[in-house]
Amino acid sequence: MNSPAAYLVPASVDEAAGALSRGNATVLAGGTDLMPQANQGVRVFRHTLININRIAELKAVSRSGDWLRIGALVSVTDLLQNSTLRGICPMLAETADHFASDQIRNAATVGGNLCNASPAGDLSPPLLALDASVEMACHRDGRLQRRSLPLDQFFLGPRRTALAENELLTAVQIPLPPPRHYGRFFKLGIRPALDIAIISVALAGVLENRKLNRVRVAFGAVAPTPLRARRAEALLEGRILDEETIRAAAQAAREEVTPITDVRASAWYRSEMVSSMMRRLLHEAAGA
Amino acid sequence: MKPPAREITFTLNGRPRSVEVPLTLSALELLRDVLGLTGTKYACGEGECGACTILVDDRSLCSCLLFAVDLDGRAVTTIEGIAADDASEPLIQAFVNAGAVQCGFCTPGLVVQARHFLAHHANADRAAIKRALEGNLCRCTGYQKIIDAVAERVAALHERGEEKDARSRS
Ligand SMILES: Cc1cc2nc3c(=O)[nH]c(=O)nc-3n(C[C@H](O)[C@H](O)[C@H](O)COP(=O)(O)OP(=O)(O)OC[C@H]3O[C@@H](n4cnc5c(N)ncnc54)[C@H](O)[C@@H]3O)c2cc1C
Repeated sequence: MNSPAAYLVPASVDEAAGALSRGNATVLAGGTDLMPQANQGVRVFRHTLININRIAELKAVSRSGDWLRIGALVSVTDLLQNSTLRGICPMLAETADHFASDQIRNAATVGGNLCNASPAGDLSPPLLALDASVEMACHRDGRLQRRSLPLDQFFLGPRRTALAENELLTAVQIPLPPPRHYGRFFKLGIRPALDIAIISVALAGVLENRKLNRVRVAFGAVAPTPLRARRAEALLEGRILDEETIRAAAQAAREEVTPITDVRASAWYRSEMVSSMMRRLLHEAAGA
Repeated sequence: MKPPAREITFTLNGRPRSVEVPLTLSALELLRDVLGLTGTKYACGEGECGACTILVDDRSLCSCLLFAVDLDGRAVTTIEGIAADDASEPLIQAFVNAGAVQCGFCTPGLVVQARHFLAHHANADRAAIKRALEGNLCRCTGYQKIIDAVAERVAALHERGEEKDARSRS
């Protein structure tokens, strides 16, 4: 493992963005991806290690107007336990409940999960299904600037995101779900805990009279990036969740994904599970 | 050349400590190799097994994945701190009584995690105990005796609590 040459502990987003603007830096949040990757030699530290864990703003969960704002340092344990979050987005708590172990959830952050950009990252499918955007900050012309980007434009490839080298991910923003919003997350793994998803799927929408409106379907671990299954969504939109609609949507989803074969599962099995888990979640929604 | 380092100050088992740490040193390496507290175990080094569990500001964490420099200003409790606390004695005894210790390598991590869990969930059922310990691997006992030990503590705490209630009511 190499070592960074310098170490900074900024106290504010402004200070962190200033440090990032000098370039050649590695950001440290919970460290649960960074440390193992550095130990395995697949990750090299840049010149400056920037520890963002003392930036209070990044730990906040807040509601303003029609938006819920989840700071980048909000932990997976917070997703499970924060009552505001549980109330507004129970799907995130359901996801957190299948995430690693207590020790890891206590360290793992929302921002770290997204920036690590693993195709199998657990928080991506539910956040995509909640129409989340990411907020990023950087210094430009000597001033702090923030921009927002829909999450489905954030992931560019395995471990590649739209975050520029001088940018910090500061928050995830979620439009407040409308009444009768329904959201479910399912993660397929061999063990109930501490397992990387073989596939994961999130289903969300407004559920009324066995119909879903504003349908969102998102998958993890079946393509180079987490992905929205837009054809399946279109087939489900506003239709009664009967056998025929469910079968057609599950088939469409199967055709939209491009899984690979790896140590955890074959491409064929992943495709089968995409349609199988899709059917299961839709049947549950139909009966809810 | 000396690797780049940073001086940190933190509370270790109730006492302030200042120490200079290389930037990439893990909290586990700091505890074991620099400070000589070898109760916290190195096993997988990847956060999968929980043998290195410590408490940092009342959160349980895998010390193998934690950068030692990030301990600056925080309060750390290790198995040594827990063992020195009389209040932990019944839990440790429950592990012994239940036969929850075989080779013993996972035991410190399990005791830290169980002690922390019980402090916050004194009414936990067996399912909750299992969930709380799922980040701690044991290769000897098959887990039942470990869960028995923690469940015994929940039952004992409960009984004592009820006794106290009965006393205050009378
Ligand atoms: C044993 C174990 C089990 C795990 N189980 C799961 C699981 O079930 N599901 C799952 O999805 N993941 C799992 N993970 C992976 C990991 O815990 C998560 O991805 C976690 O959310 C990463 O967050 P972190 O704060 O630890 O990130 P870090 O390791 O600190 O950072 C991850 C990456 O993001 C960058 N970064 C972090 N924050 C920011 C920011 N605000 N702005 C810019 N860049 C940033 C870092 O530079 C680094 O490249 C597991 C890991 C371990 C070790």
